[in-house]
Amino acid sequence: MNMLKPSDSYSVVRNTTTSRGAAVVTALILIVLITVPFWAGRADLRMIVEFAYYLALAQMWNLLAGYAGLVSVGQQAFVGLGGYMLFVLAIYLNVPPVVAVFLSGVIVAVLAIPTAFTVFRLRGAYFAIGTWVVAEVYRLGFAQVSTLGGGSGQSLPATIVREIGAGRSEREMIIYFTALFIAVASVGIVYWLLRSKHGLALTAIRDSEPASDSLGVNIFKTKLAVYVLAAGITGVVGALIFLQKLRISPDAAFSVQDWTAAVIFIVVIGGIGTIEGPIIGTLIYFMLRGLLADYGSVYLIVLGVVAVVIMLKAPQGVWGLLSRKFDLHLFPVHRRLEIKSDLEVER
Amino acid sequence: MSKLKISNLTAGYGDFQALFGIDLAIGEGETVAIIGSNGAGKSTFLRSIAGLLPNQPEAVEFKGEAIGALHANKVVEKGIALVPEGRRLFPSLSVEENLMMGAYSKRSGPWNLQRIYELFPILHEKRRNPGTALSGGQQQMVAIGRALMSNPELLLCDEISLGLAPTTVKDIYDALPAIQEDGTTVLVVEQDINQALAVADRIYCFQEGRVSLEGRPGEVSKDEIKVAYFGM
Amino acid sequence: MEWVNTIVQGILLGGLYAMFATGLSLMFGIMRLVNIAHGDFIILASYLGLVVVTTLGFSPLASLLVVVPLMAVIGYLLQRYLLNKTLGHDILPPLLVTFGLSIILQNVLLELFSADSQKLKAGDIEVASITLSEQLSVGVLPLLVFLSGVAVIGALQFLFYKTELGRAFRATSDDQDTARLMGVSNSHIFGLAMALAMAVVAIAGVFLAIRTNFDPTVGPARLLYGFEAVIIGGLGSLWGTLAGGIILGVAQAIGAQINPGWQILAGHVVFLLILIFRPRGLFPRSVD
Repeated sequence: MNMLKPSDSYSVVRNTTTSRGAAVVTALILIVLITVPFWAGRADLRMIVEFAYYLALAQMWNLLAGYAGLVSVGQQAFVGLGGYMLFVLAIYLNVPPVVAVFLSGVIVAVLAIPTAFTVFRLRGAYFAIGTWVVAEVYRLGFAQVSTLGGGSGQSLPATIVREIGAGRSEREMIIYFTALFIAVASVGIVYWLLRSKHGLALTAIRDSEPASDSLGVNIFKTKLAVYVLAAGITGVVGALIFLQKLRISPDAAFSVQDWTAAVIFIVVIGGIGTIEGPIIGTLIYFMLRGLLADYGSVYLIVLGVVAVVIMLKAPQGVWGLLSRKFDLHLFPVHRRLEIKSDLEVER
Repeated sequence: MSKLKISNLTAGYGDFQALFGIDLAIGEGETVAIIGSNGAGKSTFLRSIAGLLPNQPEAVEFKGEAIGALHANKVVEKGIALVPEGRRLFPSLSVEENLMMGAYSKRSGPWNLQRIYELFPILHEKRRNPGTALSGGQQQMVAIGRALMSNPELLLCDEISLGLAPTTVKDIYDALPAIQEDGTTVLVVEQDINQALAVADRIYCFQEGRVSLEGRPGEVSKDEIKVAYFGM
Repeated sequence: MEWVNTIVQGILLGGLYAMFATGLSLMFGIMRLVNIAHGDFIILASYLGLVVVTTLGFSPLASLLVVVPLMAVIGYLLQRYLLNKTLGHDILPPLLVTFGLSIILQNVLLELFSADSQKLKAGDIEVASITLSEQLSVGVLPLLVFLSGVAVIGALQFLFYKTELGRAFRATSDDQDTARLMGVSNSHIFGLAMALAMAVVAIAGVFLAIRTNFDPTVGPARLLYGFEAVIIGGLGSLWGTLAGGIILGVAQAIGAQINPGWQILAGHVVFLLILIFRPRGLFPRSVD
């Protein structure tokens, strides 16, 4: 048998021409986004912030479900926890608000550890519902804490609000850049993770748990790590959301409809198990919501129907369809073998 | 007209092809054995006939009817019953309940619980036990009885001697005449070549998904079988 | 004596929770399907009861005669033409499709009936009570609901262990392929299983509507209670599910007695404790 020496005749390659092109386009888009606060209106700023946080939430849910095989219907627990931790840190511990946003994420990640040990006792769909129960426990629990406003919640005191920034436009700008940073970071972290050897472990688990187990992949530790990471970043997003809203209440913080239903639909429609999918999905979500804005909750019905149809007919989602048809990979994580020279291989 | 006629049957699992165009025919009331080494495609063949694997309609012709595309639950209604490899008894059901499941398709005929218990008396004694609490040989009896309960015209037996002691195998094959005398056509897949030669009117040998030999037990020599079996 | 009353209320409430759980148990046992929209279908049944009562003038209990068969048919069609397509080796499709159904159902009900709180009025039976002793009396309606729960489970046990259909259900649950070799049409059997589950859901939904206020958003809470009852009781046993429902009901009742705001939380906490210390539940079936 002929032994192929690396670098002589083949190389393991990841980038494709489209991905290099996409990298350039992404850089350009980011540059434009950075300039937005200087020429766009308040409503546009808010919309981009909202886009950013849904994108981040979607990347995290996708990481859990599409890569680690953990379908959670309870991520709203971490959104709400992040929000409440922000209020606690800012109001009672005098942490500067923007710092508190990221610190909340750390606290949420720590709290996610015992949560994981509890819910990991369940599998599949029961795991999903278990995560929902946990979120409900947090919701009902916080409703009992009167110092945090109990059932009706509380607003961020004016003094804290002013700590974010002196004037309103300054505050909006700071929140805008924080949101942008979080969105880019969440995509970046997922991308980095999947390109690393942890990513290989995740893909192996996704493809076959028993096989990867026998190859020595520590499934429990890997899943725990991913769960905690996703929880932490979801917590950061939650903190940001309620920093912007300036008001928190248990029902808003732990809302399934706002934080989980929309996110799941985004990922399913966009394309589960890909990095590009949640981006496309968030775009589609905002488009649909804009189009159907006048019809109340109809947009949720439409979203739900589209998600169900996609799950039945095209489970790889919109991006999956596009990427398969045109062989596109904007965030290449797959390794390919590129054979450089002509080689005669003995059969 | 043959009872069962197989024409150019191919089958596989995903990218893996197990059968490459099998042609075979069985006459009314015949007992035919298929021998071959592991992986030759014998089980795949029976599963295809039974409707567990999809196929072209004309690939499987039963009593003149093209049934290759029918699903398993329809195939048993037509009169073909499979005793699956590994017995596959229902663990939640008792012995008697397993047998009664065999009658789900409601085909009329000579077989009923009482006759099965006459054929395999030990099962009457164990009828309330969970199916899986029996010995291997007894479980095989339940599996055969269960298939007979559907009153098949063609009985397919997949490796019924597998994992059983020789005396037990003999006990089970001793029940074959009772099945044959009703006129039931029988197709057995067997790893035990001697057993196959002893019960069959004709034998086929499969090798890597193809028919490598066909003949009557008295007319084929051991050497011919060896060549057909191992492909040397 | 307060406490005895509380516990009795909890036990009776458990009957209703057991009915929520039975549908889930059935679906999972036979088809390995967990319907995230389960609670929303219970509320759908409540609204169907409301429609029957207002348009046909039936009494709430009589509306069962229409709602139960109607929900059974809906269940059969739903399973046969939609949910069967999601079944397979991947856990995502059934989960995500039923989750989608949940959101769709909630918002359709919202559009049709608005967010107003509704209730089915059953008249005197709602306040009637039976006095068992000087300090202990039980409401007729809660008792009726509890007994219905027990009767439903008893009927299902009979169906599963004494009838041919029940045998077919158990066989299919054990081994789908071999069941097909017996002549069982999996898609039809699954449809029947869902029809049965939806019939139980219908009973639970109508009783719920009589017992308490409901609106389009209260479905998920019912899914959670049903799910908790199943896990507490242990998978694979219908009587275990009844026990799970009772334990949940008692936990909630005791929680409510200590502090009204703690009712639901108490149930969740008991569930989590059992999950941590007895992950297989209290009465799991030994064969898994």
